[in-house]
Amino acid sequence: MEPYISVKNVSHKYPNGVTAIKDINLDIHEGEVVAILGSNGSGKTTLVKHFNGLLKPTKGEITVGTMNTKKERISKLSSRVGYVFQNPNHQTFLPSVKQELAYGCKNLKMTEEDIETRVQKAIDLFRLEDRLDDNPFDLNSSQRKEVAMASIMAVSPKVIVLDEPTTGQDHKGCKRVLELVRMFQREGHIVVLITHDMHLIGELNCRTVVMNQSEKIADDHASVVFSDKGIMEEAGLQPPQITQFANQITNLDEMKTYLTVESIIEWMKANKEEDVKVGTGS
Amino acid sequence: MAAKAIEVNNLTFSYPDTDEPVLKDINFSINHGEILGIIGPTGAGKSTLAMCVNGLVPQVINGEMEGTVKVNGSEVSESSVAKMSEDVGFVFQEPENQLSQMTIEEEVAFGMGNLGVPRDDMRVRITDALEQVGLTGFEKRSPLALSGGQQQRLAIAAVLAMRPSIMIMDEPTSMLDPKGKNEVYDVLKNLKDYGMTGIIIDHEVERIAAYCDKVLVLYEGEVQMFAPSEEVFTNIKKMHELTLNAPQVTEFLSSYNQAFGKDVKLSTTLEEAVDNFESVCK
Repeated sequence: MEPYISVKNVSHKYPNGVTAIKDINLDIHEGEVVAILGSNGSGKTTLVKHFNGLLKPTKGEITVGTMNTKKERISKLSSRVGYVFQNPNHQTFLPSVKQELAYGCKNLKMTEEDIETRVQKAIDLFRLEDRLDDNPFDLNSSQRKEVAMASIMAVSPKVIVLDEPTTGQDHKGCKRVLELVRMFQREGHIVVLITHDMHLIGELNCRTVVMNQSEKIADDHASVVFSDKGIMEEAGLQPPQITQFANQITNLDEMKTYLTVESIIEWMKANKEEDVKVGTGS
Repeated sequence: MAAKAIEVNNLTFSYPDTDEPVLKDINFSINHGEILGIIGPTGAGKSTLAMCVNGLVPQVINGEMEGTVKVNGSEVSESSVAKMSEDVGFVFQEPENQLSQMTIEEEVAFGMGNLGVPRDDMRVRITDALEQVGLTGFEKRSPLALSGGQQQRLAIAAVLAMRPSIMIMDEPTSMLDPKGKNEVYDVLKNLKDYGMTGIIIDHEVERIAAYCDKVLVLYEGEVQMFAPSEEVFTNIKKMHELTLNAPQVTEFLSSYNQAFGKDVKLSTTLEEAVDNFESVCK
């Protein structure tokens, strides 16, 4: 199957001479959830801003759908790739939730009827019926973030980029983000997550790309990446606490790839290994 | 007996035009040299409570307040916010909001200038503060050229230079990568060596458990728990009732005990959890 997003030998040098990403190759297919990890300044956001044409490669090529991002207008690309910013205040500015939800569709000059249907779908999926007349700025930060996600959902781009979706969220908010990512996936979207939240990636157990000093240094299943000590150290990352724990308590290698409390308990039950022998640790 | 660092008695606070108080009959106190973590869901009143300690609430951010807040034995309501800033330093979530100068040195000097600290004294304090947060050698650089973690540490240095006896940090690590988060928490830990008292608001329960002496849990404006960290986080049932999570290792040990009828002692840090689990499963 042809990848939906294809990044070929892409580098980006900013006008000030800083090379923010170097020789990146990456294919993303329909139905995938991909997390992009790395420390501040590693090039995560620069890479992802190429998907919707906000940045154009200074070397190499990117295709999204069948479009070459160098040749297409941002407005056209934005109907394919929706970007939910870290700070919802940067993309919410209308006086009511309902207007906010319709804004992206209106911008893309969809018909009134089409807009109505799409906005209604977003309202249903996000359970926003009771909030339509609220001013987004009267909502708390989690709710505001949901409105930003719902308005992107209304446009229904193939790819939804979530930039640090769990930042500043409480436990309940983080669980909600997890549900929403799964919902986007069920609805047929590709989800690209830029995040520092190892718990979130552990729960999703999705494909994980690690950026470090402008380069891609890993691209594999989260459980594989998290158990690669060299990569994690190089990128200044630590797996979720439960994975660090599992690494130290058992000599059963299989368990080291579990990334959540629930999955380890389930595994123990299935294997009747409640009396797990203590290994040497690592 | 010497005065407590912070003593809050029967504190109730309402923002104007709201029906319900945001803080309801809050009582707690902490000793000099202690680090307190404040946790709770979004909207629980955490930031409002922190701002009561330095007088921003109700002196700058108005509302109706009952009860008393004492810092080092003096009533906060009897001092101006400017006077309070000598005793209580405040670091906000986004460092960019409190950085304004052209060089790092000037940034650290800025708050001291407002306090009228003599020039020679300033030099000593700048050197000290930058050393404390690990930014020695960066004096002449621009604050904007720093990474997020470094900027947050610089914001902390600027507050430290004012030599407050109490430092309050409101979600100081939410924008930072794991390395940056550790850097900030390490600074918090160092405060103790300087005899300072610290308050940190955060959703990162694993770091709170590892670094804080005591934890205060706020829920809908009320203190639900206030005890040593270990006592709070091992009360898993109560944590879940309050829509909060304990550190992953604590959650694991609790689930393990339940699933397999065991009695491993719950602990809240990685190292202790490994030890406790090992001692039972050898």
